[in-house]
Amino acid sequence: MRYSALQILKNGLTGNRDWKPVWRDPAPREAYDVVIIGGGGHGLATAYYLAKTYGVQNIAVLEKGYLGGGNVGRNTTVVRANYLLDGNLEFYSQSLKMWAGLSQELNYNVMFSPRGCLLLAHDDGQFDALARRGNANLATGDDAVLMGPEEVRAFTPYLDFDNARFPIRGGLLQRTAGTARHDGVAWGYARGADLHGVDLVQNCEVTGFKIENGALTGVETTRGFIKTAKAGMAVAGRTSQLAAMAGMTLPIESHVLQAFVTEAVKPVIDTVISFGMGHFYISQSDKGGLVYGGDIDGYNSYAQRGNLPMVEHVAEAGMALMPMLGRARQLRSWGGIMDMSMDGAPIIDRTPVEGLFLNGGWCYGGFKATPASGAAFAHLLATGEPAGYAAKFRLDRFATGALLDDEGTGARPNRH
Amino acid sequence: MRITCPYCNTRDLREFTYLGAASLLQRPDDPAAMQDYIYSRENPAGENAELWQHTTGCRAWLHVVRNTATHEILSVRPAREVVEDTP
Repeated sequence: MRYSALQILKNGLTGNRDWKPVWRDPAPREAYDVVIIGGGGHGLATAYYLAKTYGVQNIAVLEKGYLGGGNVGRNTTVVRANYLLDGNLEFYSQSLKMWAGLSQELNYNVMFSPRGCLLLAHDDGQFDALARRGNANLATGDDAVLMGPEEVRAFTPYLDFDNARFPIRGGLLQRTAGTARHDGVAWGYARGADLHGVDLVQNCEVTGFKIENGALTGVETTRGFIKTAKAGMAVAGRTSQLAAMAGMTLPIESHVLQAFVTEAVKPVIDTVISFGMGHFYISQSDKGGLVYGGDIDGYNSYAQRGNLPMVEHVAEAGMALMPMLGRARQLRSWGGIMDMSMDGAPIIDRTPVEGLFLNGGWCYGGFKATPASGAAFAHLLATGEPAGYAAKFRLDRFATGALLDDEGTGARPNRH
Repeated sequence: MRITCPYCNTRDLREFTYLGAASLLQRPDDPAAMQDYIYSRENPAGENAELWQHTTGCRAWLHVVRNTATHEILSVRPAREVVEDTP
């Protein structure tokens, strides 16, 4: 069913009895042309573009839990394209362009809100680094506005500008960045994929690969063996385990990232703000909750929960940036498993196993990448060649040295 | 999470800094093996051998075996001892 104002009117007048489930709940068939492992944002987007753009039929998405139950349902919803290095620049630029038209593309409201994203600088060196980053964004064709302290004060007057330790020296604003409704993105892609005939198979965990003469011939799952010569992995924090089933050891560590939300308050923060000194970022959800987060805890974890020192650190950073936060009551905190790659950039590539493809290593930046990641992975799966804007996300860059270390911190996932 | 330092007893997580997998203790001589040494990680969901430093305590490097699925600490030894015991 195509959603429209007319449908709302019609169904409203007839007691809302005719709305159908948004997607089917099929049992897995014996064989598929392409199997996508992981029913999160990236997996669902991949299936959607594979079916729609490349006309591939007979696709399954295998999800071990429920659709959108992983990181796409537990992130802080920020969408931006203010990276620094070639490779990341063109990819996130492409992704941001896709976000702008995503609700129309999917005929589903993903509530993308380009409310701007402000990175703050607290000393001259940081300010110069932001100027360089802004120039890189402008040269890529993206938006970037370098602001002095007075301009930042006019834009976000409630920050602590004269903090003794971290006074605000300026900022870099990307007006086209913003937030989106994270669950809506997963649901929109799921519905779009289902409408194009993709089987979205839930409660179906992949337990092994069948590989003959170096080529994939099928996947073992908790709902039986599925024959396929082509599979794409899009399982975020569980990438290492899945790849290990195919005999691979990847340049990835899984870490926990915590996020927080306060009780709903009246509209107060109309943009996304990123503190330059504590890796603290904050925005306000449409429900009114202040949504914020900080660094990853810093050690390998699959627990989907963090420890208290990072809770304290994030609260301290928030108070240093925005003292009014101290009056809000924090409602909840939660953790997600981040597939931290060894250089901080993702991987969209073939693997040594013929027919098995990898999409992973998104660190804590996977949500904003969802549309372009899906489109690029679909391109790779359909054509065997990388999409132009994702051509540098190669698995062999750790051997060739063509790393994409945007933070410049070396092979230390907990520093990215 | 608290770690029992062999020198300082049980201390809060805040005092420790994480480096990474304990495989970093086995630096290869063969240049061809360096890529795996630097970048490849087993990344298990379960028991993981890791290197932690008691940064704000005795500053000793520690070899910690920890369950990454539960955060349970299973053993802590001085990293030096582990290196000396490795043939």
